[in-house]
Amino acid sequence: MDKVIVAQNLSLGYSKDEFIIKDISFSIDSGSFVFITGASGSGKSTLLKSLYGALKPETGSLVVAGVELKGVNKSKLNLLRKHIGIVFQDYKLIKEWTVEKNIMLPLLVGGYDKKVQQDQVEKLLSHVRLKHQALKYPKELSGGEQQRVAMARALSNNPVLILADEPTGNLDDYSSQLIWNLLEGANKDLDSTVIVVTHHIPESMRIEYKHFHIEFGKIHERI
Amino acid sequence: MNAFKNHLSLVVALLGILFSLQTFIIVERAIDAYKQNLACNYSLVVVSKKTITEKTFQKKYKIISNVKELAPDNVIKKLNSGIDKKNIELLKLALPKFYRLKLLHYPSPDEVNSLTKSLLRNKDIMKVETFTKSHDSTYKLLLLFKNVITVFAVSVGIITILLISKELKIWQFKHTERMSIMGLFGAPTWLSSAVLFRLAIVDALIASGLAFIVFSYLSSSDWVIGELTNVGISIKIFDKFSDFSMMLGVALLVSLLLASFIVISHKEEV
Repeated sequence: MDKVIVAQNLSLGYSKDEFIIKDISFSIDSGSFVFITGASGSGKSTLLKSLYGALKPETGSLVVAGVELKGVNKSKLNLLRKHIGIVFQDYKLIKEWTVEKNIMLPLLVGGYDKKVQQDQVEKLLSHVRLKHQALKYPKELSGGEQQRVAMARALSNNPVLILADEPTGNLDDYSSQLIWNLLEGANKDLDSTVIVVTHHIPESMRIEYKHFHIEFGKIHERI
Repeated sequence: MNAFKNHLSLVVALLGILFSLQTFIIVERAIDAYKQNLACNYSLVVVSKKTITEKTFQKKYKIISNVKELAPDNVIKKLNSGIDKKNIELLKLALPKFYRLKLLHYPSPDEVNSLTKSLLRNKDIMKVETFTKSHDSTYKLLLLFKNVITVFAVSVGIITILLISKELKIWQFKHTERMSIMGLFGAPTWLSSAVLFRLAIVDALIASGLAFIVFSYLSSSDWVIGELTNVGISIKIFDKFSDFSMMLGVALLVSLLLASFIVISHKEEV
């Protein structure tokens, strides 16, 4: 099976003297569904940030979708990010853009045709059950609805890789379940690799998944 | 309402710059025109033992635009009583020559002094009357007016720069988040900052358009024209094409610099 992520002797940190992730090696198969768990401050989010290039490896190597992220330049990184969908705990929606335009962002960046953009947004709005909210602004939506918008945005350009950082951390049970369903759907229907950083793996998971646990800067696969 | 607020702060700051700059330019133009009028009315009187031709004057002193010999008839008229014709003719020959010198521009007191000294070096020239008292006070009044306007324009400029630096912080705060989010999805800098540059260009257009409307109205208003005519200024103080181009250029330069600064100083959130 193709590997979408390969990390070797990877160390990550916010300063050169102190690493949060220390000398880890792991790989993730293309099309798999992966959970990364760990205590607060264990380095889960740090690892996730490194996967979309927001944090560069201090030592070792990290290859994501064929791109070596150690010393990667901006244009190569931008190209990689066009194939990654990211979901954040705090949604990170653009406040001054409507729901519709927020979802359109990756398509806009990808330079898709206007008609394709419109069709895809309409499809996704139905998919996340927000068709009636298309022209609203993020602040007019509830937390759950905002996260659904963020999910739709992450799915809009059929990404190879979806990275989600505690996507249900701020949501109620109903909204959380909707988000899990959407992530499962993306993995099953779009064949996207999904990596979710979370405190708890939902019991309702209907698909096969891998579980990595981070402790004291080291990563272990739990079977 | 939000979109209006987005534009308002930068437009106001840009308007401040354009108003101070254009006011300064208009006042400069008016003062130059006024100086030209004064130059037309101002002249020196030179008393010479011998005849000096206009060419000789102009060859030596480039500032002199026109020389007119004053007829001694008025002086002689006053002495006319009891003097016979023959003696009057003799008197006419004995009288020195009077010349009125017009200058190319209204001179500064230093220019008047150096011209007087230079003229008096000519052995034939007996006296130079410069009407110093009235000249100096007019010149000082002009200088004062110009300085007051300069101080006003500089003050407005400084206040505007402070406004712009505050605006810079607001813009940085407002646009950094959007640029970071767009960057997370692979948007190149030109795309993530496009909104910022569009806003900068639109605001520059709005500000220069508003300034153009105000100055066009003022320059064609009867009151302004009347006031200028009263002091003898009849030039076009606001050139619609060149002044608008200048204002648009300045507004674009300032707002694009502001936008560029934000883009350059933008750092991706980690």
